[in-house]
Amino acid sequence: MSPLLEARHVSKSFGGVQALKEVSLTIGAGEIYGLIGPNGAGKTTFFNVLTGLYPRFAGEVRFAGEALDLGSPHRVAQAGIARTFQNIRLFGNMTARENVMVGRHPRTRANVVGAVLRSRATRDEEAAIRRRADELLRYVGIAHHADAIARHLPYGDQRRLEIARALATEPKLLALDEPAAGMNATETEALKALIEGLRADGLTVLLIEHDVKLVMGLCDRVAVLDYGEKIAEDVPAVVRKDAKVIEAYLGG
Amino acid sequence: MSQPRKPWLGVTLVGIALLLAPLVVGASLGNAWVRVLDFAALYIMLALGLNIVVGFAGLLDLGYIAFYAVGAYLYALLASPHFGVHWPAWAILPLGAAVAGLFGVLLGAPTLRLRGDYLAIVTLGFGEIIRIFLNNLNSPVNITNGPKGIAGIDAISVFGHRLSKSIDIGGFTVSGVMLYYYLFVVLALGIVFVGIRLQDSRIGRAWVAIREDEVAAKACGINTRNVKLLAFAMGASFGGVAGGLFAGFQEFVSPESFGLMESIMVLCMVVLGGMGHIPGVIFGGLLLTVLPEAFRHGAGPAQQALFGKVLLDPEALRMLLFGLALIAVMLYRPAGLWPEPRHRREMGK
Repeated sequence: MSPLLEARHVSKSFGGVQALKEVSLTIGAGEIYGLIGPNGAGKTTFFNVLTGLYPRFAGEVRFAGEALDLGSPHRVAQAGIARTFQNIRLFGNMTARENVMVGRHPRTRANVVGAVLRSRATRDEEAAIRRRADELLRYVGIAHHADAIARHLPYGDQRRLEIARALATEPKLLALDEPAAGMNATETEALKALIEGLRADGLTVLLIEHDVKLVMGLCDRVAVLDYGEKIAEDVPAVVRKDAKVIEAYLGG
Repeated sequence: MSQPRKPWLGVTLVGIALLLAPLVVGASLGNAWVRVLDFAALYIMLALGLNIVVGFAGLLDLGYIAFYAVGAYLYALLASPHFGVHWPAWAILPLGAAVAGLFGVLLGAPTLRLRGDYLAIVTLGFGEIIRIFLNNLNSPVNITNGPKGIAGIDAISVFGHRLSKSIDIGGFTVSGVMLYYYLFVVLALGIVFVGIRLQDSRIGRAWVAIREDEVAAKACGINTRNVKLLAFAMGASFGGVAGGLFAGFQEFVSPESFGLMESIMVLCMVVLGGMGHIPGVIFGGLLLTVLPEAFRHGAGPAQQALFGKVLLDPEALRMLLFGLALIAVMLYRPAGLWPEPRHRREMGK
């Protein structure tokens, strides 16, 4: 399996707190890769470094064979990494469709002149954005909510909408930050099916999750962070039996 | 955000109303009131410009009037005896839009990381700096003529006709203020058009996305720096055009026209009308230009009729009622008098 993402010795500190210590990990193309660990272990920090939200860090990240410019989030999105957030961050007062349409931003070009004159190219592009947004809403199963205001959607559907919006940026790697948080068993099962479908369609998925059952059932490989350090990385069956992991996270 | 129906009937009616308004107002209330309509059109342009920054992109700007000042002084300097330069309006107005847009970027660039109250303070300072510059740039080299302002500015000419002079059409006299009215309305409609087109585009969506959640907007691949600067520049350029028109219309500019109160007033038009909703903002602009004037003229005589004497200074009463009206609107219609339908739905709950 060729690596899609290689993080090498990624460290990040906030003042005196070392949130990430020399974390290295490799995610293969087409993998579902889990990142687990206790609260405060640095999982979300790693996500934020990886998506350009913390431009000052030590280490290097290579993505699709090239050094990844982590200087600003929009360039990361342009390069093909999309993410969702632990505490859902939708554009609350926009409709579900508009949320996904915003996700098309890095793959479209219309500028002020085109928008004002509504040139043929702009009109065609706008129609394509709309079409793609509707496709993605259907794909994640919330087409019936297309015209609803995002923050009025049921919780599980908001998570789905966030995934649709992320998919709109045409990522190679989709990073999901605790997508099952707050979901009931039925919703989690549906989410699992959705993520498996994404992988079947060729996407690589990086997953932070606390639901151990979901992670172990879904992921090809799992890395465990504890106090900012990677303490294990392997297939779920092995990680589950790792003494350090049991002590730090899974419990005896 | 798009409106699916094609309200041609409505457009025609509004068109006729806009066409006849100054004639009716002029005949019934006199030319002073046509002048009020002229100002309403200018303020609507300003409110629409500020709406891009505050309403769409969610960047609270308390110094917006500075761009109006930039447009006005550019016109004043390029078409007055002050420097002895007399450029035509059609050359100055686009330049005014461009220069004001540049000032918008100058304001935007250092404030990109600021939001909400912090941004408000910095923009407030920026507005004051521009005004103070205008007030003091009369020495060592006299550029702005200081607090005395610049007088004798050329009136705007259209097809060789100075709009300050009335014309006769078939024995019917169309006064200068009416001619200005038609020019301003045409340009305001142009600005409405640009605003609507932008709102309904990839750019407009990016602005609203930044307003709603900047971090998520970045994660969606939006270059928030460029898109915010674009909002500042577009908003400022509308203000620059309005400023140029103001200078040509008044034929006089001075720094005191561009104080903080003016910025607040334009902001009130946007907020009161319905932030981010173009028809609402137009309504807010019209209301806040016409009502205070009506009050200024009506409050004295009304007290005279009711109590036999003027108990309260109309000017003081005007501000009092204005304040009360603002408080009432914010309490009972926090999304504005004419918000976007979807927000109205929310607030109704």
